[in-house]
Amino acid sequence: MLVKHASSPESTLRVSADGKGVDPVCLTYDMNEWDRYAVEEAVRLKEKHGGEAVAVSVGVNCDATLRKCLAMGVDRAVKVPVEAGLDAVRVAEAIVGVLRGEPFDMVLSGFMSQDANNALVGVLVAAMLDIPFATAVTRLSVEGGEARAVRELEGGYLEEVFLPLPCLVTVQSGINEPRYISIFGVKAAKSKELREHTVRLGGATVAVERVYVPPARRAEILEGSPSEVAGKLVELISSRGVV
Amino acid sequence: MRVFAVAEHKFGELNPVSVELLNLANMVKGDGTSEAVVVGGEAHAFSGSLASRADRVWVIGGDQLEYYNPESYADVLLQFFEREPPDLVLLGNTSQGGELAPLLAVKLHCPVVTDVVGVFAGRGEITVSRYIYQGKLMVDLRVSRLPCVLTVRQGVFKEGVELSGKITELNLAPSKPPRRRFSRLIEPEKGEVDISKADAIVAVGRGATSSLQLAERLAGILGGAVAGSRPVIDSGLLSKDRQVGISGKTVKPKVYLALGISGAFQHVVGMRDSELIIAVNKDPQAPIFSVAHYGVVADVQEILPKLLSEAEERRSRKK
Ligand SMILES: Cc1cc2nc3c(=O)[nH]c(=O)nc-3n(C[C@H](O)[C@H](O)[C@H](O)COP(=O)(O)OP(=O)(O)OC[C@H]3O[C@@H](n4cnc5c(N)ncnc54)[C@H](O)[C@@H]3O)c2cc1C
Ligand SMILES: Nc1ncnc2c1ncn2[C@@H]1O[C@H](COP(=O)(O)O)[C@@H](O)[C@H]1O
Repeated sequence: MLVKHASSPESTLRVSADGKGVDPVCLTYDMNEWDRYAVEEAVRLKEKHGGEAVAVSVGVNCDATLRKCLAMGVDRAVKVPVEAGLDAVRVAEAIVGVLRGEPFDMVLSGFMSQDANNALVGVLVAAMLDIPFATAVTRLSVEGGEARAVRELEGGYLEEVFLPLPCLVTVQSGINEPRYISIFGVKAAKSKELREHTVRLGGATVAVERVYVPPARRAEILEGSPSEVAGKLVELISSRGVV
Repeated sequence: MRVFAVAEHKFGELNPVSVELLNLANMVKGDGTSEAVVVGGEAHAFSGSLASRADRVWVIGGDQLEYYNPESYADVLLQFFEREPPDLVLLGNTSQGGELAPLLAVKLHCPVVTDVVGVFAGRGEITVSRYIYQGKLMVDLRVSRLPCVLTVRQGVFKEGVELSGKITELNLAPSKPPRRRFSRLIEPEKGEVDISKADAIVAVGRGATSSLQLAERLAGILGGAVAGSRPVIDSGLLSKDRQVGISGKTVKPKVYLALGISGAFQHVVGMRDSELIIAVNKDPQAPIFSVAHYGVVADVQEILPKLLSEAEERRSRKK
């Protein structure tokens, strides 16, 4: 599975001094939310069908996230120590560099990264390797050399598709409940393999010109004690004929 | 520039984003052309509406293109782009566009950017703007070269000019059968309550999950319904028919109270047309405050109990 050590949108975000990034001081990192579902799904597939689960991450500082994968039951991890920033094409190239030397039946990625929000890397990897794929998968099983995937469309509609192996799926939230990491898992992870794989990346396909706070704050912010605010809110609500 | 908009349709209806793509194409084409391409069994049915916004419309029909399949659709689109080379290819940021865009970009060896909300085109150069961190920040990106593929956020480019483009029907067939096989479409389950009919909605997000019961009581007093953002539905606290957003329901109540919801675009699409939107969130940077009419920067657990007692009091006064 493809796992990103991603910065969290929960923290207070400030634009960096050069105006081209986010002030690193205000960033906290963890395993990308969507990738937790991908790791859980991969570990379940391995527990059911046997075989090996391998996590791949691109980034200079992704060890903590890879160790978490190992603690969740992944067998070994590969780190590609380069920074590709928001450029999904370069991240995908780095991953393809690893996958070309690793025979596999299925690649699982998250639907999207919580910081870059590209929702690209998974499909780019599938296209570069020329394997069948499905995105936004909320149900997955493997039967007779084929993956059965239910993918999400708009408005609550779903579609069921079949993919011959090897294939790639991008995993959407709600597919499973990722397991908690046990002390035992953390201990076991220490003796598992985490190797580095070096790749040469091609040129950048996009360049950041400017990072900024979105304009237009429409809301009028109500101030006061909780009771005062509650009073104002009830006024507002009842002015609409509700209550 | 030759700007192509890949139109999208499902269940016999044109996705409104298709027209928005053409509006954008007309804005950035310069002295070039805006051209719509529509693929699929019933594609010709949409050529008229597309022609009213495009300089040209290309219809790619054929019985092997009946149902959407990323491999066959990309296959015929690539055959087409070989004949009619694009400078810019626009797709909707949808469940289809999100699959086709990266697939086309890899085959065309070109850059790709998703969920774009602004495009500035100069001489042979393109800069796009998009949100990052689920709406908290924005970034302007310069695309290194043309052609390039973009997916465009729905609902942004609503204004456009009237044109009457020439329609050309093409018969292209996929060069090989797709490996991915479509099996069936699954319709959304119908629940007991239809939240799209409620006058008041109390919506619970990940930041208010521990206040779900209070939210339900408040909804009861307001004569409305409780709904949720996706994480609340995913965790099983509320049923799927209560989900507001792109993969749930679209609602337009008189009052929408968003409790502990960050305001990610996929949620906002489903509620932004509500008459009165009030958001309670402890993060002053939360994007929900740019769609809400009124905001309270506070902990839901502090505000909600007070709100409940105020509302109860008002209701008893009215009786
Ligand atoms: C293809 C796709 C489809 C999607 N479809 C949908 C959809 O249909 N509907 C949907 O909702 N989402 C959808 N999502 C998910 C969406 O991107 C967001 O992840 C989701 O909306 C976030 O939900 P949230 O705001 O409840 O949680 P979070 O983003 O985690 O936000 C929680 C918020 O609560 C605040 N908070 C925390 N504690 C408190 C407290 N005590 N008091 C006050 N505030 C607090 C935090 O500041 C934060 O802003 C989709 C995503 C994708 C990729
Ligand atoms: N640096 C990375 N290393 C490994 N996998 C990644 C990386 N960036 C993105 N991915 C994978 O690609 C998915 C989509 O990411 P993105 O295209 O950035 O939205 C993520 O959920 C991950 O599974």
